[in-house]
Amino acid sequence: MAMLTEPPAESFRLSMLINDTRYRSYTFQFIALMLLIVFMAYLGMNLVRNLAEQGQDISFRFLGEPAGYDINQTLIHYTNQSTHMRASIVGVLNTLLVAVLGCITATVLGVVAGVLRLSPNWLVRKLMAGYVEAFRNVPVLIWILIIFSIMTAAMPSPRAFRGAGSEASMLFDAVAFTNRGVYLPRPIWEAGSLVVGLTFVASVIGALAYRRYATKLLYDTGRLLPMGWPSLLILVVPTVAIFFILGRPIGLEYPELGGFNFNGGIQIRGSLIALWLALAVYTGAFIAENVRAGIQAVSGGQTEAAASLGLRPRRIMSLIVLPQALRIVIPPVISQYLNLTKNSSLAIAVGYMDVTGTLGGITLNQTGRAIETVLMLMLFYLIISLAISAVMNIYNNAMKLEER
Amino acid sequence: MSDTGHQTAFVRAEILPEAPPPIQEQGIFKWLRENLFSSPANTVLTLAAAWALYQLVTAVAPWLLNGVWTTSSLSACREVLDGSVGACFSVLTERWNQLLFGFKYPPELYWRPLLALALLFVALAPLLFAKVFPRKLLAMTAVYPFLAFYLIWGGTILVPAFAMLGFVVGYLVYIRLVYQSAAMGLIGGVAAALVLWYFGGYVTEPLANVLALEPVKSRDMGGFMLNLMLGVICVSLSLPFGILLALGRQSHMPIIKWISVVFIEFIRGVPLITLLFVANVVLAYFLPPESNLDLILRVIIMITMFASAYIAEVIRGGLAALPKGQYEAADSLGLDYAQSMQLIILPQALKISIPGIVNVSVGLFKDTTLVSVISMFDLVGMIRGPILSAAEWNGVYWELFGFAALLFFVTCYGISQYSQWLERQLTRENQ
Repeated sequence: MAMLTEPPAESFRLSMLINDTRYRSYTFQFIALMLLIVFMAYLGMNLVRNLAEQGQDISFRFLGEPAGYDINQTLIHYTNQSTHMRASIVGVLNTLLVAVLGCITATVLGVVAGVLRLSPNWLVRKLMAGYVEAFRNVPVLIWILIIFSIMTAAMPSPRAFRGAGSEASMLFDAVAFTNRGVYLPRPIWEAGSLVVGLTFVASVIGALAYRRYATKLLYDTGRLLPMGWPSLLILVVPTVAIFFILGRPIGLEYPELGGFNFNGGIQIRGSLIALWLALAVYTGAFIAENVRAGIQAVSGGQTEAAASLGLRPRRIMSLIVLPQALRIVIPPVISQYLNLTKNSSLAIAVGYMDVTGTLGGITLNQTGRAIETVLMLMLFYLIISLAISAVMNIYNNAMKLEER
Repeated sequence: MSDTGHQTAFVRAEILPEAPPPIQEQGIFKWLRENLFSSPANTVLTLAAAWALYQLVTAVAPWLLNGVWTTSSLSACREVLDGSVGACFSVLTERWNQLLFGFKYPPELYWRPLLALALLFVALAPLLFAKVFPRKLLAMTAVYPFLAFYLIWGGTILVPAFAMLGFVVGYLVYIRLVYQSAAMGLIGGVAAALVLWYFGGYVTEPLANVLALEPVKSRDMGGFMLNLMLGVICVSLSLPFGILLALGRQSHMPIIKWISVVFIEFIRGVPLITLLFVANVVLAYFLPPESNLDLILRVIIMITMFASAYIAEVIRGGLAALPKGQYEAADSLGLDYAQSMQLIILPQALKISIPGIVNVSVGLFKDTTLVSVISMFDLVGMIRGPILSAAEWNGVYWELFGFAALLFFVTCYGISQYSQWLERQLTRENQ
């Protein structure tokens, strides 16, 4: 009877590290790790030498020192006696502000342009194609600079608003476009405005609840309740009613011309508007392409199948095409948001004080702490990117097709 | 009884000629009705679009057509225009060379970058239109980087010649050794090239005048030329690094995989501007004190790192899109890793990722304008710096930025049209 012999126990030989595929990968990884460590050590040694030569050190103590520079657009209280840390936080908030504004506007623009690119209307289709191509093929920095020059060079100065027959006039007597920025009315929150706000929140919840109820009713009994106008009614009426019952607790402070400038209201600097609009139209062009590709990716058979079930065109869109298209569209759109946030660092070109302008600009120049500031700057953007990709991964997992 | 008395009143003996379709069902009317006025909503859209277009054209056309091309300053322009609307394109004619070459590149040497640009097309042609041009022209493509370096930077021809020789010797050694093992070939090739370059340094220094063109310093380069240079150099350098990173990320060896992942995700997570800050103010700390890499070289290093990470992701997509059977087939033929990658996997994966690579390249080319933020004088830097701050041209925004936008648009649109054409070609081949 044939005995299954054990394979001869191979003793480990040194040459197996190169020739045996089982061990060779360890050799390669060891070499790679060693090279990496040597490279890092080389950089580190150079750093130590360079710092010693210039009498510098690595320290983050400068963050606690007074910044000594002004920031013209801040969301939180800030004076030039505040610390560098606070200046950086102002910058971070400004970055987030322009990123959020830009993302919202870019989405609206992109969805509209993307849908219109598929419109049966030839002229509209071509116009939208022109928009997309014009903005995708020109650097965003040039768009930012163009819009910035519109905001600063082509807008009238506040002086032009003076007098009865002035050259420039305010839009609805409330909004003034000047070369120093745009002036908007500022809401004044008086006592009772909290109630109005809470009522509004409650009516949003109410509207959502109504829509849920109507959907449930439709699925359970087949009865179709109207959706559009009742939810609008729930949304608007209670808030407006409370607003007037409480005697209009939310007022508006209009910008007024005083001296050579406008007083009151909210001033939005031209730099913020330039950055916001440029990022929005630029990213919007990319989002439009994503939306178009997503809608086209839903095969025509789906639409035809839905039509043969007797659904109407609008219901086909909302029940069949959009849910499938959204799954394709949303991941690239989220990465466009990420791009927009990263591109917002171009603020430095127009003097908008985002985190690149404060921490990576003036703070760096004043303190000379290049390594620390650039490191912090990179970490900030890295955290945002990782957070957004985490959101995207969660979404992708939730939306993954359950395949048989 | 048959009804013979019944007479047919009329029977048509010949077929009537075809009547033309009604006028609203043919030609321009049909097209208009179907494409522009098919429903009330559509009509409204058409009218709105036409109105917007009309506004745009009436705003831009007089400005464009009424443009002044020959004055020497903005105030002279305004005098010529005398209050009417019109562009002052004279800034373009007067500063043409500055816009294209920067303000320090010696004017008598402009032919060199121009020749390099013309040769770029010759070098790219066999790559871009593989079917039209003979493969022999690829030799030109291989020589081009060294030739372009020689033309643009000048200096002795020995430096690029030795650089090329190093690659040739390295390749020959690789070919000799690769039969024993791919790793041996790679290491031997790199070592041979490094040795040759090291000793080449001793030769080129005393012979700095052999066939020398007048040297031009890196910091003298600017204008659109700088954008093109950065774009071409960084994209071509980042391709090999991108392929390596993508393979590293797909690798089964955890350490190599994690090195690649961390590098790619870190670079992709930060804006290019912070990397340019690194090139500008931080990188010098990490280099030996005696080395003085000039700014343009540091910028090339950082942009190449940036582009490699993005290209690696595109190629990884291509690798992932290949059917698993291809990997298994390569394994079952007994090919080792290097052979299977080189012969089976990469040719197909790269073909799939070409459109993505082109997209990344266009994006990168647009991003080269960011170097103006760290006070380099590329096209945007020239406009924002020397030209707009000059007393005679202070305030000519539209013409200059419009020109910059147009240059980039033509280049990028051309590249993306090429990419779409290539994509169609490739899908047709695969069917």
